[in-house]
Amino acid sequence: MTPVLEIKDLKTYFKTPRGVAKAVDGVSFSIPKGGTFALVGESGCGKSMTALSVIQLVPEPAGYIAGGRVLLNGRDITGLTEREKRGIRGNNISMIFQEPMTSLNPVLTIGEQIIEAITLHQGKTRKEAREAAIEMLGRVRLPDPAALLFAYPHSLSGGMRQRVMIAIALSCRPDLLIADEPTTALDVTIQAQIIDLIDELKRETSTAVLLITHNMALVYTHAETVGVMYAGKIVELAPAKTLFRNPMHPYTVKLLRSIPGQEKRGLKLDTIPGVVPSATSYPVGCRFSGRCPREMEGCAVIEPPLVERVGGHSVACHLHDAEFMSGPYSRPLRHEPDALPPLIVPHGEREALLEVKGLKTHYPIRKGLFKRVAGHLKAVDGIDLTVKKGSTLALVGESGCGKTTAGKSIIQLIRPTEGRIIFKGADLTTLSEKGLKPFRSRMQIIFQDPYSSLNPRLTVKETIEEGIKALNPGLAKKAREEKIARTLDRVGLGPEAMLRYPHEFSGGQRQRVGIARALAVDPEFIVCDEAVSALDVSVQAQILNLLKSIQRDFGLSFLFITHDLGVVEYIADEVAVMYEGRIVEQGPTEEIFSNPKDAYTKRLLEAVPKIDASLLSAWRLPGDH
Amino acid sequence: MPVILATDLIIFFLVGAIVYFIIASQKDGSLQAVRRELVKNRLAMVCMAFLAFYVAVALLDSVRYRDAVVGDDGKEALSEGGSVIYSPEALSLLDRALSGIRTRTEKTYSAPFASHSYAKESMEGASGGIVRGYPPLKYPRTHWLGTDRVGNDVLFIALKGVRTGVVIGAGTTLVIIPFAIFFGVIAGFYGGAIDDIVQYIYTTLSSIPGVLLIVAFMLLFGSSGYQGGLVSEVHVVWRAFVLNDRLFWLCLILGITSWTDLCRLIRGETLKLRELEYVQASKAFGAGKLGIIYRHIVPNVMHLVLITFVLQFSGLVLAEAILSYIGIGVGPETGSWGNMINTARLELSREPVVWWNLLAAFAAMFALVLPANIFGDAVRDALDPRLRYK
Repeated sequence: MTPVLEIKDLKTYFKTPRGVAKAVDGVSFSIPKGGTFALVGESGCGKSMTALSVIQLVPEPAGYIAGGRVLLNGRDITGLTEREKRGIRGNNISMIFQEPMTSLNPVLTIGEQIIEAITLHQGKTRKEAREAAIEMLGRVRLPDPAALLFAYPHSLSGGMRQRVMIAIALSCRPDLLIADEPTTALDVTIQAQIIDLIDELKRETSTAVLLITHNMALVYTHAETVGVMYAGKIVELAPAKTLFRNPMHPYTVKLLRSIPGQEKRGLKLDTIPGVVPSATSYPVGCRFSGRCPREMEGCAVIEPPLVERVGGHSVACHLHDAEFMSGPYSRPLRHEPDALPPLIVPHGEREALLEVKGLKTHYPIRKGLFKRVAGHLKAVDGIDLTVKKGSTLALVGESGCGKTTAGKSIIQLIRPTEGRIIFKGADLTTLSEKGLKPFRSRMQIIFQDPYSSLNPRLTVKETIEEGIKALNPGLAKKAREEKIARTLDRVGLGPEAMLRYPHEFSGGQRQRVGIARALAVDPEFIVCDEAVSALDVSVQAQILNLLKSIQRDFGLSFLFITHDLGVVEYIADEVAVMYEGRIVEQGPTEEIFSNPKDAYTKRLLEAVPKIDASLLSAWRLPGDH
Repeated sequence: MPVILATDLIIFFLVGAIVYFIIASQKDGSLQAVRRELVKNRLAMVCMAFLAFYVAVALLDSVRYRDAVVGDDGKEALSEGGSVIYSPEALSLLDRALSGIRTRTEKTYSAPFASHSYAKESMEGASGGIVRGYPPLKYPRTHWLGTDRVGNDVLFIALKGVRTGVVIGAGTTLVIIPFAIFFGVIAGFYGGAIDDIVQYIYTTLSSIPGVLLIVAFMLLFGSSGYQGGLVSEVHVVWRAFVLNDRLFWLCLILGITSWTDLCRLIRGETLKLRELEYVQASKAFGAGKLGIIYRHIVPNVMHLVLITFVLQFSGLVLAEAILSYIGIGVGPETGSWGNMINTARLELSREPVVWWNLLAAFAAMFALVLPANIFGDAVRDALDPRLRYK
């Protein structure tokens, strides 16, 4: 049987001022009818560009398909005219995107958008299309579909919008559905529903699915075949269960081992040194050379082809090539030890550093000409927390539950409405801005977005200097510079970073700068507001290792605000689960995770896709013991 | 005896700022980087040469003094009180340097490089009779851009327009920028009642038709001001200063009516910036509000200021032309491109068409506005560290 989609040696290049960027550089795979193929890898590896090449939407004029074929039901679609391509999009291939908030047009009703898609592609009358639309909305489990046709996107939640997107995408019964990070922007509980829905509809209509994601657990639970992409190429291609049982490429192994989880508590996470090479200047040989823990003499010169090794498991690595291994170039250049070093933070009963009692933060809602207060938005509605010295308290919950407001209220970035915050014997809520000043250096914050958390017009030195100048104005210039250099060194950046601007750094390095900024004023308590959520898993592992080690060295306490339960399991000593402004459950991490009591906590924990724990110990590089 | 107009101070300020930047960029690290970036951009350097020429002409045209009246005896004439009498004509350095073409006037129109007048005249023929023909010019083939209706050299008039153009562009901007940045930033940053008040002010201001406001203002203040040409003792204060300068009032009112757009943009950008995490981080250090505004807000709205300035610059020069056309712009004796375009209206409708006056004004404006646009873009890019090292 012809596969629905077959890609042969696809090359998508971009013309840039610095040369040709080979975003996709010789990718081949196929998806059978009703199959799910997952493309995984870090950002910048060419996953999304592969998808855009399939649907023939490569950003022009800079980007172009430089070679290879895309066969849809056996027919090459790369050479089609723009008109023919339009006929294929929507009819044969549909796509759903990451951001449900921006992928629907806000000024058109749901009905108008879905009916437009149906009439455009299926030549139905408006009446037939209307009925088909109601049926589709029902099938994606949206309540009262007939009424929903007249609703505007803003009145729907993110999860509902993503359902509408799926309804539109599937309304024309496409042969292939491309889902580009379909759940990344959604809350954990919604994520599971959406991915299950895609699965179910796929089974009903036997649509093939190309799933693009960086979430390994999602791939494990929902994909049949997996392609691991690195620097524009597929480096490992295997059935999902086989890949997770026996990953063969060092990149895959490293990637899997860098995922944080409960079983790695107290250990250092595995990381990949360096960064993904720029698409304009790949290494000559294996593209992973230079970062690979098993690099051999020939790796940087001879490029390994993607070859099937065992039962449908293909891998592009010399380690699995018996001929190469017996040849003259197989002398290992490095052999990193397999066992992860412990990174233990000693545990035991500790005294409280910070106590939050009955904290409430309400925002007034003003209405009318004179802006009278018409009501209150109760973002945080009475929470109690205790942060212990040298330990980590995780605050988890879905978006909009008030966890960020709680974090900012605690360090007095937002003044709370009610409640007490006892820090070193003082109630912070009663202090004036001036009275707070001595406490400012004791409490710091690290933000989520490594791009908006640094002023683009200040050098790293100026950024870090600001805090020292504000809180320790007596420090001489020389001492200040020494301190900055020392702090940068502590977070793994050299002193040459001082005079550089934020845009010259990668996301992970920027996050290090953010940590250095907080660390430079010698805090005792740091609020980490989704501090690792925007990072790729291997970079996230580096930052988590860094946070752990500075906690150990300086005896810091963290309030770790996150929605990523894997991170919580790995790093937190205690967990507080927040829902609609209140804390529904709190306690030691192991206890909450193994025996949740609250219904919401249970729902939250069940929703997280998980990789079978028995597989974790099997992830070994060739030659490991 | 020097004569210093209020608008001269604008030019001096502009030149001072340029000199300050050049000196400061020798020492300061970040300004040095900006300068290096600019020097690397060849197109920007060409544009800067154009702009430098304009500023130099404007500066030469802004340094002026009155000569003492010389009596028949060759000595300086003295008044009854024994003080020296100065001529009412204040000639600038530019006037004096170009006294050649300034004084070489013809009777009326002549085309560029012409040897004969453009209009027929009755004149004495070789045989003594009266014939109609094109009379020869007094200074044939010396007027590069021809002469205007009263025989003045058009090139000289176009050069005299440079100062007016630069003053309008720079002076108005000097009014706009402090207003717009100050009000925009405090409205966006503090919000609440301050935001409401600022919004009420600029909404009110922009709901009054701009032309109406300008006419009223100019009739109120500008009509008694110095309009160019001879300096009357009425206008001189403290012996050398002419503060009641019509062009200055024009800059002021153009500034007052056009700061609202930029202010609105800056307020919006500030609203966005104040929520950004680096501002929050700064607050977590207990940094003062003014410090945050100075370090984090203002540098990140400067690109808006530059873009608006560059876009408005050409509009302002045109506004000057339009206002001169309806008679409330600069005085008829001040050389300005607006006045040139204004007179060209009639010249284009006569037969044969006199085209060089309009062409000269157009070319002079074009050679200022286009380089100002390109240079403005280059400065914006040079100020943005994200665009460096590429």
